[in-house]
Amino acid sequence: MIRLKINGQLQTLNVEPRVTLLDALRENLGLTGSKKGCDRGQCGACTVLIDGQRVYSCLTLAIMQEGKEITTIEGLATGDNLHPVQAAFIDNDGFQCGYCTPGQICASVALLDEVKNGSVSYVTPDLTSAPQLASLSEAEIKERLSGNLCRCSAYNGIVAAVQQASGQNPPSPAASNLGTEVS
Amino acid sequence: MNNFAYVRANSVEDAVSRASQDSNVMYIAGGTNLVDRMKGFLDEPSQLVDVSRLAMKKIERTQEGGLKIGALVTNTDLAGCAEVRSNYPMLSRSILAGASQQIRNMATVGGNLMQRTRCPYYYDTAFACNKRQPNTGCPAATGINRTHAILGASESCVAVNPSDMCVALAALDAEVKVRGVAGERQIPFVDFHRLPGNTPNRDTNLEPGELITAVILPPVSFAKSGVYLKLRDRASYAFALISVAAALELSGEQIKNARVALGGVAHKPWRATEAEEFLKGKRADKSTFSQAAEIALKDAKPLAHNQFKVKLSKRAISRALSVSARGGGVV
Repeated sequence: MIRLKINGQLQTLNVEPRVTLLDALRENLGLTGSKKGCDRGQCGACTVLIDGQRVYSCLTLAIMQEGKEITTIEGLATGDNLHPVQAAFIDNDGFQCGYCTPGQICASVALLDEVKNGSVSYVTPDLTSAPQLASLSEAEIKERLSGNLCRCSAYNGIVAAVQQASGQNPPSPAASNLGTEVS
Repeated sequence: MNNFAYVRANSVEDAVSRASQDSNVMYIAGGTNLVDRMKGFLDEPSQLVDVSRLAMKKIERTQEGGLKIGALVTNTDLAGCAEVRSNYPMLSRSILAGASQQIRNMATVGGNLMQRTRCPYYYDTAFACNKRQPNTGCPAATGINRTHAILGASESCVAVNPSDMCVALAALDAEVKVRGVAGERQIPFVDFHRLPGNTPNRDTNLEPGELITAVILPPVSFAKSGVYLKLRDRASYAFALISVAAALELSGEQIKNARVALGGVAHKPWRATEAEEFLKGKRADKSTFSQAAEIALKDAKPLAHNQFKVKLSKRAISRALSVSARGGGVV
Protein backbone atom coordinates (compact mmCIF):
# COMPACT_ATOMS: atom_id res chain seq x y z
CA MET A 1 0.00 0.00 0.00
CA ILE A 2 1.23 3.49 -0.78
CA ARG A 3 -0.11 6.88 0.25
CA LEU A 4 -0.15 9.80 -2.18
CA LYS A 5 -1.31 13.36 -1.55
CA ILE A 6 -3.18 14.45 -4.66
CA ASN A 7 -4.92 17.80 -5.02
CA GLY A 8 -4.81 18.19 -1.25
CA GLN A 9 -6.32 14.81 -0.48
CA LEU A 10 -4.48 11.83 0.96
CA GLN A 11 -5.17 8.70 -1.09
CA THR A 12 -4.25 5.11 -0.25
CA LEU A 13 -3.52 2.84 -3.22
CA ASN A 14 -2.60 -0.77 -3.68
CA VAL A 15 -0.18 -0.66 -6.63
CA GLU A 16 2.93 -2.57 -7.70
CA PRO A 17 6.27 -0.72 -7.71
CA ARG A 18 6.26 -0.68 -11.53
CA VAL A 19 3.11 1.46 -11.73
CA THR A 20 3.85 4.95 -12.97
CA LEU A 21 2.31 8.00 -11.35
CA LEU A 22 0.33 8.55 -14.57
CA ASP A 23 -1.20 5.07 -14.47
CA ALA A 24 -1.95 5.39 -10.75
CA LEU A 25 -3.78 8.66 -11.39
CA ARG A 26 -5.77 7.39 -14.35
CA GLU A 27 -6.37 3.72 -13.57
CA ASN A 28 -6.49 3.66 -9.77
CA LEU A 29 -7.86 7.07 -8.85
CA GLY A 30 -10.05 7.89 -11.85
CA LEU A 31 -8.21 11.17 -12.43
CA THR A 32 -8.22 10.94 -16.21
CA GLY A 33 -7.44 14.60 -16.84
CA SER A 34 -3.73 13.80 -17.16
CA LYS A 35 -3.39 12.24 -20.58
CA LYS A 36 -1.29 9.35 -21.86
CA GLY A 37 0.10 10.45 -25.20
CA CYS A 38 3.46 8.79 -25.81
CA ASP A 39 3.98 7.29 -22.32
CA ARG A 40 7.74 7.79 -22.93
CA GLY A 41 8.41 11.37 -21.82
CA GLN A 42 8.32 12.88 -25.29
CA CYS A 43 4.94 14.63 -25.59
CA GLY A 44 4.09 16.33 -22.29
CA ALA A 45 0.40 15.34 -22.17
CA CYS A 46 0.91 13.72 -18.75
CA THR A 47 2.43 16.84 -17.13
CA VAL A 48 1.49 17.31 -13.45
CA LEU A 49 2.98 19.37 -10.63
CA ILE A 50 4.95 17.73 -7.83
CA ASP A 51 5.76 20.10 -4.95
CA GLY A 52 4.93 22.90 -7.40
CA GLN A 53 7.34 21.71 -10.10
CA ARG A 54 6.15 20.38 -13.44
CA VAL A 55 7.11 16.79 -14.25
CA TYR A 56 6.09 14.03 -16.65
CA SER A 57 3.94 11.66 -14.60
CA CYS A 58 4.66 8.85 -17.10
CA LEU A 59 8.38 8.88 -16.24
CA THR A 60 8.11 8.52 -12.49
CA LEU A 61 6.96 5.63 -10.34
CA ALA A 62 3.98 6.31 -8.09
CA ILE A 63 5.76 4.68 -5.15
CA MET A 64 8.59 7.23 -5.40
CA GLN A 65 6.20 10.15 -4.87
CA GLU A 66 4.95 9.27 -1.39
CA GLY A 67 4.91 12.35 0.86
CA LYS A 68 4.96 14.82 -2.07
CA GLU A 69 2.22 17.33 -2.96
CA ILE A 70 0.85 16.28 -6.34
CA THR A 71 -1.37 18.65 -8.31
CA THR A 72 -3.18 17.53 -11.45
CA ILE A 73 -5.34 19.47 -13.89
CA GLU A 74 -8.33 18.51 -11.71
CA GLY A 75 -6.81 20.43 -8.80
CA LEU A 76 -6.26 23.81 -10.47
CA ALA A 77 -9.75 25.34 -10.42
CA THR A 78 -11.40 26.58 -7.24
CA GLY A 79 -14.90 25.12 -7.41
CA ASP A 80 -16.46 26.54 -10.57
CA ASN A 81 -13.85 29.29 -10.81
CA LEU A 82 -11.25 28.42 -13.41
CA HIS A 83 -7.57 28.95 -12.73
CA PRO A 84 -6.46 32.10 -14.62
CA VAL A 85 -4.37 29.95 -16.96
CA GLN A 86 -7.37 27.74 -17.77
CA ALA A 87 -9.43 30.87 -18.52
CA ALA A 88 -6.62 32.25 -20.67
CA PHE A 89 -6.53 29.06 -22.78
CA ILE A 90 -10.27 29.45 -23.46
CA ASP A 91 -9.99 33.19 -24.18
CA ASN A 92 -7.20 32.62 -26.71
CA ASP A 93 -8.24 29.38 -28.40
CA GLY A 94 -5.22 27.60 -26.91
CA PHE A 95 -6.33 24.20 -28.17
CA GLN A 96 -8.19 22.34 -30.86
CA CYS A 97 -8.80 18.68 -30.00
CA GLY A 98 -7.91 19.27 -26.35
CA TYR A 99 -5.87 16.14 -25.73
CA CYS A 100 -2.61 17.93 -24.91
CA THR A 101 -4.40 20.74 -23.05
CA PRO A 102 -4.24 19.46 -19.44
CA GLY A 103 -0.48 19.04 -19.86
CA GLN A 104 -0.12 22.40 -21.59
CA ILE A 105 -2.03 24.13 -18.79
CA CYS A 106 -0.12 22.44 -15.96
CA ALA A 107 3.15 23.28 -17.75
CA SER A 108 2.05 26.91 -18.22
CA VAL A 109 1.07 27.28 -14.55
CA ALA A 110 4.56 26.10 -13.58
CA LEU A 111 6.16 28.30 -16.25
CA LEU A 112 4.64 31.44 -14.69
CA ASP A 113 5.94 30.44 -11.25
CA GLU A 114 9.40 29.73 -12.66
CA VAL A 115 9.59 33.16 -14.27
CA LYS A 116 8.37 34.80 -11.04
CA ASN A 117 11.20 32.99 -9.26
CA GLY A 118 13.83 34.33 -11.66
CA SER A 119 14.52 31.28 -13.80
CA VAL A 120 16.51 31.52 -17.04
CA SER A 121 16.26 29.47 -20.24
CA TYR A 122 18.53 28.41 -23.10
CA VAL A 123 17.45 31.52 -25.06
CA THR A 124 17.92 34.04 -22.23
CA PRO A 125 20.57 36.45 -23.58
CA ASP A 126 22.24 37.13 -20.21
CA LEU A 127 22.09 34.33 -17.63
CA THR A 128 22.67 36.81 -14.80
CA SER A 129 19.56 38.81 -15.77
CA ALA A 130 16.38 36.71 -15.72
CA PRO A 131 13.39 37.90 -17.77
CA GLN A 132 10.28 39.34 -16.07
CA LEU A 133 6.71 38.18 -16.74
CA ALA A 134 5.66 41.54 -18.20
CA SER A 135 8.41 41.38 -20.84
CA LEU A 136 8.67 37.62 -21.32
CA SER A 137 9.29 37.23 -25.05
CA GLU A 138 7.57 34.87 -27.45
CA ALA A 139 10.92 33.10 -27.95
CA GLU A 140 11.15 32.55 -24.17
CA ILE A 141 7.59 31.18 -23.98
CA LYS A 142 8.17 28.80 -26.88
CA GLU A 143 11.48 27.54 -25.48
CA ARG A 144 9.99 27.08 -22.01
CA LEU A 145 6.99 25.15 -23.36
CA SER A 146 8.95 22.98 -25.80
CA GLY A 147 8.34 19.92 -23.64
CA ASN A 148 4.64 19.94 -24.57
CA LEU A 149 3.66 18.99 -28.09
CA CYS A 150 0.35 19.93 -29.73
CA ARG A 151 -0.35 17.88 -32.86
CA CYS A 152 -3.23 20.19 -33.81
CA SER A 153 -0.55 22.89 -33.73
CA ALA A 154 -2.56 25.34 -31.64
CA TYR A 155 0.74 26.91 -30.62
CA ASN A 156 -0.23 30.49 -31.51
CA GLY A 157 -3.19 30.30 -29.13
CA ILE A 158 -1.12 28.60 -26.45
CA VAL A 159 1.55 31.31 -26.59
CA ALA A 160 -1.20 33.97 -26.49
CA ALA A 161 -2.75 32.27 -23.44
CA VAL A 162 0.58 32.39 -21.61
CA GLN A 163 1.01 36.03 -22.63
CA GLN A 164 -2.42 36.86 -21.18
CA ALA A 165 -1.70 34.95 -17.96
CA SER A 166 1.62 36.86 -17.75
CA GLY A 167 -0.28 40.15 -17.72
CA GLN A 168 0.63 40.96 -21.32
CA ASN A 169 -1.79 41.87 -24.12
CA PRO A 170 -1.84 38.98 -26.56
CA PRO A 171 -3.09 39.52 -30.12
CA SER A 172 -6.84 38.85 -30.43
CA PRO A 173 -7.60 35.34 -31.76
CA ALA A 174 -9.81 37.04 -34.38
CA ALA A 175 -6.70 38.75 -35.73
CA SER A 176 -5.06 35.49 -36.70
CA ASN A 177 -2.76 35.33 -39.70
CA LEU A 178 -5.47 33.49 -41.67
CA GLY A 179 -6.62 36.80 -43.18
CA THR A 180 -3.21 37.67 -44.55
CA GLU A 181 -2.72 34.16 -45.90
CA VAL A 182 -6.01 34.27 -47.81
CA SER A 183 -5.42 37.71 -49.29
CA MET B 1 7.79 -3.15 -17.83
CA ASN B 2 8.59 -6.19 -15.71
CA ASN B 3 7.96 -5.94 -12.01
CA PHE B 4 10.76 -5.55 -9.47
CA ALA B 5 11.30 -5.18 -5.76
CA TYR B 6 11.58 -1.60 -4.50
CA VAL B 7 13.53 -0.37 -1.49
CA ARG B 8 14.28 3.12 -0.30
CA ALA B 9 17.91 3.48 0.74
CA ASN B 10 18.38 5.20 4.10
CA SER B 11 22.06 6.03 3.64
CA VAL B 12 24.78 5.94 1.00
CA GLU B 13 26.32 2.94 2.78
CA ASP B 14 22.97 1.14 2.81
CA ALA B 15 22.48 1.81 -0.93
CA VAL B 16 25.98 0.67 -1.87
CA SER B 17 25.78 -2.50 0.18
CA ARG B 18 22.44 -3.46 -1.40
CA ALA B 19 23.62 -2.80 -4.97
CA SER B 20 26.95 -4.57 -4.47
CA GLN B 21 25.35 -7.88 -3.50
CA ASP B 22 23.53 -8.51 -6.77
CA SER B 23 24.26 -7.36 -10.32
CA ASN B 24 20.53 -7.20 -11.08
CA VAL B 25 20.03 -4.38 -8.58
CA MET B 26 19.95 -0.86 -10.01
CA TYR B 27 19.86 2.60 -8.45
CA ILE B 28 17.05 4.97 -9.30
CA ALA B 29 16.89 8.73 -8.60
CA GLY B 30 15.12 10.98 -11.13
CA GLY B 31 14.28 7.96 -13.26
CA THR B 32 13.79 9.97 -16.46
CA ASN B 33 16.01 7.65 -18.49
CA LEU B 34 15.81 4.44 -16.45
CA VAL B 35 11.98 4.26 -16.32
CA ASP B 36 11.92 4.83 -20.07
CA ARG B 37 14.47 2.04 -20.63
CA MET B 38 12.55 -0.31 -18.34
CA LYS B 39 9.38 0.34 -20.34
CA GLY B 40 11.29 -0.78 -23.45
CA PHE B 41 12.67 -3.88 -21.66
CA LEU B 42 16.22 -2.58 -22.15
CA ASP B 43 16.79 -2.89 -18.40
CA GLU B 44 15.05 -5.51 -16.30
CA PRO B 45 16.32 -5.06 -12.74
CA SER B 46 15.24 -7.47 -10.02
CA GLN B 47 15.36 -4.65 -7.49
CA LEU B 48 15.44 -0.86 -7.59
CA VAL B 49 17.24 0.95 -4.80
CA ASP B 50 15.69 4.41 -4.56
CA VAL B 51 18.49 6.81 -3.64
CA SER B 52 16.44 9.95 -4.36
CA ARG B 53 15.92 10.83 -0.68
CA LEU B 54 19.58 10.68 0.33
CA ALA B 55 21.33 13.85 1.47
CA MET B 56 23.27 14.66 -1.71
CA LYS B 57 21.30 17.70 -2.84
CA LYS B 58 23.64 20.56 -2.01
CA ILE B 59 25.93 22.73 -4.09
CA GLU B 60 28.84 23.81 -1.90
CA ARG B 61 32.00 25.84 -2.37
CA THR B 62 35.21 23.82 -2.21
CA GLN B 63 38.38 25.00 -0.44
CA GLU B 64 40.02 25.34 -3.86
CA GLY B 65 37.36 27.84 -4.92
CA GLY B 66 35.35 25.48 -7.10
CA LEU B 67 32.03 23.78 -6.46
CA LYS B 68 31.01 20.42 -5.05
CA ILE B 69 27.72 19.44 -6.67
CA GLY B 70 25.76 16.71 -4.89
CA ALA B 71 24.77 13.82 -7.17
CA LEU B 72 21.07 14.42 -6.44
CA VAL B 73 21.05 18.12 -7.35
CA THR B 74 18.46 18.38 -10.11
CA ASN B 75 19.45 19.60 -13.55
CA THR B 76 17.13 22.58 -12.97
CA ASP B 77 18.79 23.52 -9.69
CA LEU B 78 22.31 23.23 -11.12
CA ALA B 79 21.49 25.26 -14.23
CA GLY B 80 19.76 27.88 -12.08
CA CYS B 81 22.42 28.17 -9.37
CA ALA B 82 23.53 31.83 -9.29
CA GLU B 83 27.20 30.91 -9.03
CA VAL B 84 27.01 28.51 -11.99
CA ARG B 85 25.10 31.07 -14.08
CA SER B 86 27.73 33.72 -13.58
CA ASN B 87 30.97 31.72 -13.26
CA TYR B 88 30.32 28.64 -15.40
CA PRO B 89 27.74 29.85 -17.98
CA MET B 90 28.73 27.05 -20.39
CA LEU B 91 27.50 24.54 -17.80
CA SER B 92 24.20 26.36 -17.22
CA ARG B 93 23.54 26.67 -20.92
CA SER B 94 24.45 23.08 -21.69
CA ILE B 95 21.91 21.89 -19.12
CA LEU B 96 19.25 24.34 -20.33
CA ALA B 97 19.86 23.11 -23.89
CA GLY B 98 18.98 19.56 -22.85
CA ALA B 99 15.57 17.86 -22.56
CA SER B 100 12.59 19.90 -21.35
CA GLN B 101 11.79 21.75 -18.12
CA GLN B 102 9.73 18.76 -16.93
CA ILE B 103 12.66 16.39 -17.38
CA ARG B 104 15.24 18.79 -15.97
CA ASN B 105 13.08 19.14 -12.84
CA MET B 106 13.31 15.41 -12.18
CA ALA B 107 16.69 14.48 -13.67
CA THR B 108 19.71 14.52 -11.36
CA VAL B 109 23.38 15.27 -11.96
CA GLY B 110 24.37 11.67 -11.19
CA GLY B 111 21.65 10.33 -13.46
CA ASN B 112 22.71 12.62 -16.29
CA LEU B 113 26.16 10.99 -16.19
CA MET B 114 24.54 7.54 -16.26
CA GLN B 115 22.07 8.07 -19.11
CA ARG B 116 22.55 5.77 -22.06
CA THR B 117 22.66 6.35 -25.78
CA ARG B 118 19.49 7.10 -27.77
CA CYS B 119 20.74 5.00 -30.72
CA PRO B 120 17.46 3.76 -32.25
CA TYR B 121 18.89 0.27 -32.73
CA TYR B 122 19.84 0.06 -29.06
CA TYR B 123 16.31 1.19 -28.20
CA ASP B 124 14.55 -1.38 -30.41
CA THR B 125 14.78 -4.91 -29.06
CA ALA B 126 13.79 -6.28 -32.48
CA PHE B 127 17.37 -5.46 -33.56
CA ALA B 128 20.67 -6.91 -32.44
CA CYS B 129 22.88 -4.56 -30.43
CA ASN B 130 26.32 -5.14 -28.94
CA LYS B 131 25.57 -2.59 -26.24
CA ARG B 132 22.37 -4.33 -25.17
CA GLN B 133 23.67 -7.85 -25.64
CA PRO B 134 27.41 -8.33 -26.29
CA ASN B 135 28.52 -10.07 -29.49
CA THR B 136 25.17 -9.91 -31.26
CA GLY B 137 26.20 -7.30 -33.85
CA CYS B 138 25.74 -3.62 -34.68
CA PRO B 139 23.01 -2.91 -37.24
CA ALA B 140 23.67 0.84 -36.92
CA ALA B 141 27.11 0.54 -38.55
CA THR B 142 25.49 -0.47 -41.83
CA GLY B 143 21.98 0.90 -41.21
CA ILE B 144 20.61 4.41 -40.86
CA ASN B 145 23.45 6.11 -39.02
CA ARG B 146 22.80 9.81 -39.53
CA THR B 147 22.94 10.56 -35.77
CA HIS B 148 25.89 8.32 -34.96
CA ALA B 149 29.57 8.72 -34.09
CA ILE B 150 32.29 10.23 -36.25
CA LEU B 151 35.09 9.96 -33.67
CA GLY B 152 36.39 7.11 -31.51
CA ALA B 153 33.86 4.52 -32.66
CA SER B 154 34.62 0.81 -33.14
CA GLU B 155 33.32 -2.02 -35.26
CA SER B 156 31.25 -3.06 -32.27
CA CYS B 157 29.45 0.21 -31.68
CA VAL B 158 28.89 3.59 -33.37
CA ALA B 159 26.52 5.02 -30.73
CA VAL B 160 26.97 8.49 -29.20
CA ASN B 161 26.62 9.72 -25.64
CA PRO B 162 23.44 11.85 -25.53
CA SER B 163 24.30 14.24 -22.69
CA ASP B 164 24.74 18.00 -23.07
CA MET B 165 25.75 18.65 -19.46
CA CYS B 166 28.58 16.12 -19.70
CA VAL B 167 30.15 18.01 -22.63
CA ALA B 168 30.52 21.10 -20.45
CA LEU B 169 31.74 19.05 -17.47
CA ALA B 170 34.42 17.47 -19.69
CA ALA B 171 35.53 20.91 -20.89
CA LEU B 172 35.67 22.22 -17.32
CA ASP B 173 37.90 19.35 -16.05
CA ALA B 174 35.31 18.20 -13.52
CA GLU B 175 35.85 15.11 -11.37
CA VAL B 176 33.33 12.49 -10.34
CA LYS B 177 33.20 11.37 -6.72
CA VAL B 178 31.99 7.80 -6.29
CA ARG B 179 31.42 5.44 -3.37
CA GLY B 180 31.71 1.66 -3.51
CA VAL B 181 32.08 -1.12 -0.96
CA ALA B 182 35.85 -0.60 -1.14
CA GLY B 183 35.48 3.08 -0.23
CA GLU B 184 35.51 6.41 -2.02
CA ARG B 185 37.41 7.48 -5.13
CA GLN B 186 37.48 10.40 -7.53
CA ILE B 187 37.52 9.93 -11.31
CA PRO B 188 38.63 12.67 -13.74
CA PHE B 189 35.62 13.46 -15.93
CA VAL B 190 37.33 12.53 -19.19
CA ASP B 191 38.04 9.07 -17.76
CA PHE B 192 34.52 8.50 -16.47
CA HIS B 193 32.89 7.51 -19.77
CA ARG B 194 34.45 4.94 -22.09
CA LEU B 195 35.00 4.54 -25.80
CA PRO B 196 33.17 1.47 -27.10
CA GLY B 197 36.13 -0.72 -28.16
CA ASN B 198 34.87 -4.28 -28.00
CA THR B 199 32.93 -3.75 -24.76
CA PRO B 200 30.24 -1.21 -25.73
CA ASN B 201 28.00 -2.72 -23.07
CA ARG B 202 30.07 -0.70 -20.57
CA ASP B 203 29.40 3.03 -20.83
CA THR B 204 31.44 4.08 -17.80
CA ASN B 205 34.37 3.02 -15.68
CA LEU B 206 32.23 2.59 -12.57
CA GLU B 207 32.74 -0.71 -10.77
CA PRO B 208 29.65 -2.82 -9.95
CA GLY B 209 27.72 -1.27 -7.07
CA GLU B 210 29.55 2.06 -7.14
CA LEU B 211 27.33 5.11 -6.57
CA ILE B 212 28.06 8.63 -7.79
CA THR B 213 27.94 10.95 -4.77
CA ALA B 214 29.11 14.27 -6.22
CA VAL B 215 30.70 16.11 -9.12
CA ILE B 216 33.61 18.41 -8.29
CA LEU B 217 34.08 21.52 -10.41
CA PRO B 218 37.52 23.09 -10.14
CA PRO B 219 37.87 26.87 -10.32
CA VAL B 220 38.43 27.88 -13.97
CA SER B 221 39.40 31.53 -14.15
CA PHE B 222 38.25 32.01 -17.75
CA ALA B 223 35.08 29.91 -17.54
CA LYS B 224 33.03 33.14 -17.59
CA SER B 225 33.74 33.32 -21.33
CA GLY B 226 32.40 29.79 -21.79
CA VAL B 227 29.72 29.05 -24.37
CA TYR B 228 27.63 26.07 -25.40
CA LEU B 229 26.40 25.67 -28.96
CA LYS B 230 23.94 22.90 -29.70
CA LEU B 231 22.78 22.02 -33.21
CA ARG B 232 19.78 19.75 -33.67
CA ASP B 233 16.92 18.83 -35.99
CA ARG B 234 14.43 21.12 -34.23
CA ALA B 235 15.02 24.26 -32.21
CA SER B 236 14.26 22.78 -28.79
CA TYR B 237 13.66 19.50 -26.98
CA ALA B 238 15.82 17.34 -29.24
CA PHE B 239 19.12 15.56 -28.79
CA ALA B 240 22.20 17.17 -30.30
CA LEU B 241 23.34 16.28 -33.77
CA ILE B 242 26.56 17.88 -32.60
CA SER B 243 27.37 20.35 -29.85
CA VAL B 244 30.38 22.37 -28.72
CA ALA B 245 31.45 23.62 -25.30
CA ALA B 246 34.22 26.20 -25.61
CA ALA B 247 36.03 28.79 -23.51
CA LEU B 248 39.00 31.03 -24.21
CA GLU B 249 41.40 32.93 -22.00
CA LEU B 250 42.83 35.92 -23.82
CA SER B 251 45.69 38.28 -23.18
CA GLY B 252 44.91 41.10 -25.56
CA GLU B 253 44.57 39.41 -28.95
CA GLN B 254 46.55 36.37 -27.89
CA ILE B 255 45.05 33.10 -26.65
CA LYS B 256 46.52 32.01 -23.32
CA ASN B 257 44.27 29.03 -22.69
CA ALA B 258 41.45 27.19 -24.42
CA ARG B 259 38.86 24.53 -23.74
CA VAL B 260 36.99 22.71 -26.47
CA ALA B 261 34.72 19.69 -26.05
CA LEU B 262 32.24 18.13 -28.47
CA GLY B 263 28.95 16.32 -27.97
CA GLY B 264 27.03 14.08 -30.36
CA VAL B 265 30.21 12.90 -32.09
CA ALA B 266 31.43 10.01 -29.96
CA HIS B 267 30.60 7.35 -27.38
CA LYS B 268 31.78 9.81 -24.70
CA PRO B 269 32.00 13.59 -24.36
CA TRP B 270 34.89 14.38 -26.71
CA ARG B 271 37.59 16.67 -25.37
CA ALA B 272 39.59 18.18 -28.25
CA THR B 273 42.92 18.48 -26.41
CA GLU B 274 45.10 18.71 -29.51
CA ALA B 275 43.06 21.64 -30.78
CA GLU B 276 43.31 23.29 -27.37
CA GLU B 277 47.13 22.98 -27.42
CA PHE B 278 47.24 24.43 -30.94
CA LEU B 279 45.20 27.47 -29.85
CA LYS B 280 47.61 28.43 -27.05
CA GLY B 281 49.74 31.42 -28.01
CA LYS B 282 47.92 32.05 -31.29
CA ARG B 283 46.07 35.18 -32.33
CA ALA B 284 42.34 34.94 -31.55
CA ASP B 285 40.98 35.26 -35.08
CA LYS B 286 38.90 33.39 -37.60
CA SER B 287 41.82 31.71 -39.29
CA THR B 288 43.17 30.36 -35.99
CA PHE B 289 39.74 29.07 -35.03
CA SER B 290 39.18 27.24 -38.30
CA GLN B 291 42.65 25.68 -38.12
CA ALA B 292 41.85 24.47 -34.59
CA ALA B 293 38.57 23.03 -35.89
CA GLU B 294 40.46 21.14 -38.63
CA ILE B 295 42.75 19.65 -35.99
CA ALA B 296 39.81 18.65 -33.77
CA LEU B 297 38.19 16.72 -36.61
CA LYS B 298 41.27 15.37 -38.38
CA ASP B 299 40.65 11.79 -37.22
CA ALA B 300 36.94 11.84 -38.04
CA LYS B 301 35.62 8.68 -39.71
CA PRO B 302 32.10 9.44 -40.83
CA LEU B 303 29.61 6.69 -41.66
CA ALA B 304 27.32 6.46 -44.68
CA HIS B 305 24.76 9.00 -43.46
CA ASN B 306 26.59 11.34 -41.08
CA GLN B 307 29.31 12.91 -43.22
CA PHE B 308 27.60 16.26 -42.65
CA LYS B 309 28.62 16.10 -38.99
CA VAL B 310 32.28 16.69 -39.86
CA LYS B 311 31.74 20.05 -41.55
CA LEU B 312 29.01 20.99 -39.07
CA SER B 313 31.36 20.31 -36.15
CA LYS B 314 34.17 22.36 -37.68
CA ARG B 315 31.94 25.35 -38.30
CA ALA B 316 30.38 25.05 -34.84
CA ILE B 317 33.82 25.03 -33.20
CA SER B 318 34.83 28.19 -35.11
CA ARG B 319 31.61 29.93 -34.18
CA ALA B 320 31.74 28.90 -30.52
CA LEU B 321 35.35 30.08 -30.22
CA SER B 322 34.52 33.41 -31.91
CA VAL B 323 31.71 34.08 -29.44
CA SER B 324 33.86 33.05 -26.49
CA ALA B 325 36.60 35.42 -27.71
CA ARG B 326 34.04 38.25 -27.46
CA GLY B 327 33.35 37.29 -23.84
CA GLY B 328 30.63 34.65 -24.28
CA GLY B 329 26.83 34.72 -24.26
CA VAL B 330 24.33 33.18 -26.66
CA VAL B 331 26.12 31.51 -29.57
